[in-house]
Amino acid sequence: MSAAPALQANVASERALTVSNLRAYYQTKYFGISREVRAVDGVSLVIDRDEIYGLAGESSCGKTTLVKTIVRAIRPPLNVIDGSVSFRFAGCEHDIYTLGEAELTGLRWKHLSYILQGSMNVLNPVRRVRESFIDFAYRHIKRPMPEFLRFVENHLARLRLDPAVLDNFPHELSGGMRQRVTIALASVCRPDFIVADEPTTALDVVVQKDVLGLLREVQREIRSSMILVTHDIGVHANVTDRLGVMYAGRLVEEGRTVEVIRSSRHPYTAHLVSSLPRIGDATQKKGLEGSPPNLAAPPPGCRFHPRCPLAMDVCRKEHPPMVVVAAEHRVACWATAPP
Amino acid sequence: MSALLDVDHVGMTYVAGGLLARRVVRAVDNVSLRLEAGKPEILAVIGESGSGKTTLARMILNLAKPTDGAIRFLGNDVTRIHGGRARMDFMRQVQPIFQNPFEAFNPLKRLDRYLFMSARRFANARGGEIEARADKALHQVGLSLAEVKGRFPHEMSGGQLQRIAIARALISSPSLIVADEPVSMVDASLRMSIVNLFKSLRDELKVSIVYITHDLATAYYISDRVLIMQRGRAVESGVARDVLANPQHCYSRLLRESVLSPDDAGKSFMLANATPAHRSQEDAKSGSET
Repeated sequence: MSAAPALQANVASERALTVSNLRAYYQTKYFGISREVRAVDGVSLVIDRDEIYGLAGESSCGKTTLVKTIVRAIRPPLNVIDGSVSFRFAGCEHDIYTLGEAELTGLRWKHLSYILQGSMNVLNPVRRVRESFIDFAYRHIKRPMPEFLRFVENHLARLRLDPAVLDNFPHELSGGMRQRVTIALASVCRPDFIVADEPTTALDVVVQKDVLGLLREVQREIRSSMILVTHDIGVHANVTDRLGVMYAGRLVEEGRTVEVIRSSRHPYTAHLVSSLPRIGDATQKKGLEGSPPNLAAPPPGCRFHPRCPLAMDVCRKEHPPMVVVAAEHRVACWATAPP
Repeated sequence: MSALLDVDHVGMTYVAGGLLARRVVRAVDNVSLRLEAGKPEILAVIGESGSGKTTLARMILNLAKPTDGAIRFLGNDVTRIHGGRARMDFMRQVQPIFQNPFEAFNPLKRLDRYLFMSARRFANARGGEIEARADKALHQVGLSLAEVKGRFPHEMSGGQLQRIAIARALISSPSLIVADEPVSMVDASLRMSIVNLFKSLRDELKVSIVYITHDLATAYYISDRVLIMQRGRAVESGVARDVLANPQHCYSRLLRESVLSPDDAGKSFMLANATPAHRSQEDAKSGSET
């Protein structure tokens, strides 16, 4: 909390993650019929140190596949076809797909941690919370057991969680509490990079605000980078620094969260933001016609064109490139950001 | 004016454990609400998880028996419904829509089967009329039988499945629909179309809807009246726009303040540039809760 502002300025522009042209497909082959689902198709992004990057988009647009691929938590049929993911920890580059298993294990938890989707159900139901902490973090912290347990208790206390939860089984805790324990578990090794996939989706508004506040505080304290995945634009507006909007496996718009929400350029983002009901605003909102495309057979050209109100001829034929429209603001759309 | 649904000081107590280690949970405590017949409206029941919203819905649907108080539908006590025919009559009038459309349908059964069964049993349709009924209901939700026939739940998106669930509920031409968190599992881009569908059910088909949710923004958008619940009690109720714009009870205010709005972009307390004053305030608040 007491980090000097000078230090903050120093690390502000340091790059933490570079993803270039990443393609990850689900490939199956049964009885001679092969099927390919292009869940992540050519995504490039960079994330700086001490920054929260938001990923928005509806379900089945590839958000979860993208973050799974970024942390290399993938197994067949999901395969990486092309592109690279490179983290920068403590001044050295790690290309996560060229690392050996042992090196990867060394990075996990210590430098890179991943809060899974449905994280209130990831704790082992037959182990007490303390044992879960020992299972996951003990070997990464490399301290004698009593000291390790003291360390965990201090960590929980810092996050304003009662250390008594260590004696509980997961079923004795409420959903919000379990979510908080999972966040504490993911941050106990003070990782440089945290990936949080839908950390608050199943929670109600009051608890959600609390858990997000905790997540933000953890990030602020460790000065780590974070990817926050959620479809809730309200959450992004309140928590993230930069926001990337995905549609059908591709990034369609990216920029400072304020810019993306206030002056969206892509018609999909504009729709997502404008269709949200707000308290105090009773005007008629419209849902988007049609449904997200089947990624096994995506439409040609821009994948949004069948639902897009601005679709032109070129949209049906060619995929729009990402165009920089303002500082840090990139959009892939033929209509609103022609190259 | 007579009441369509009259929930009269209803309460529900769950008892867990045996004689020695009894644990009593008061899930719903003294809740009353009333929907008038001939005046279709959407009543939103708002509350956090564990506030008794779903228990209330189950009691209205006659899936659970209240331990005290009474629920009257068109003047008849729903717990006094005995016999197959009376039960069918009640189910024809009151239809549920559940939270998760993927769990509402059996993955091994074709979707049209649910529609045809409902048409046969609730609408007394026979022969070709069965398909006609199903098709009509699907048209009311913006789908058609051609799109649904012969398909399994996994072939449809969540939004489509939820529409089919609504169509199924409409086959018997009910006068009341109880929708338990109907949009929380539906994609952002499709959510508004479902919500708008509820509006059109009220306006065109004259169906009253009990809309159970924890999303204050959609409740503000579609409902005529709201009932805010906390730990089983109704803490505030009234005209939706007034209550949500200017909540009086401290819990309603907390709910209202916890809504994260996209309009907060760039000025939220949670952002890195928040002032220390904001932060310590937040500290004090969450500290007292844990």
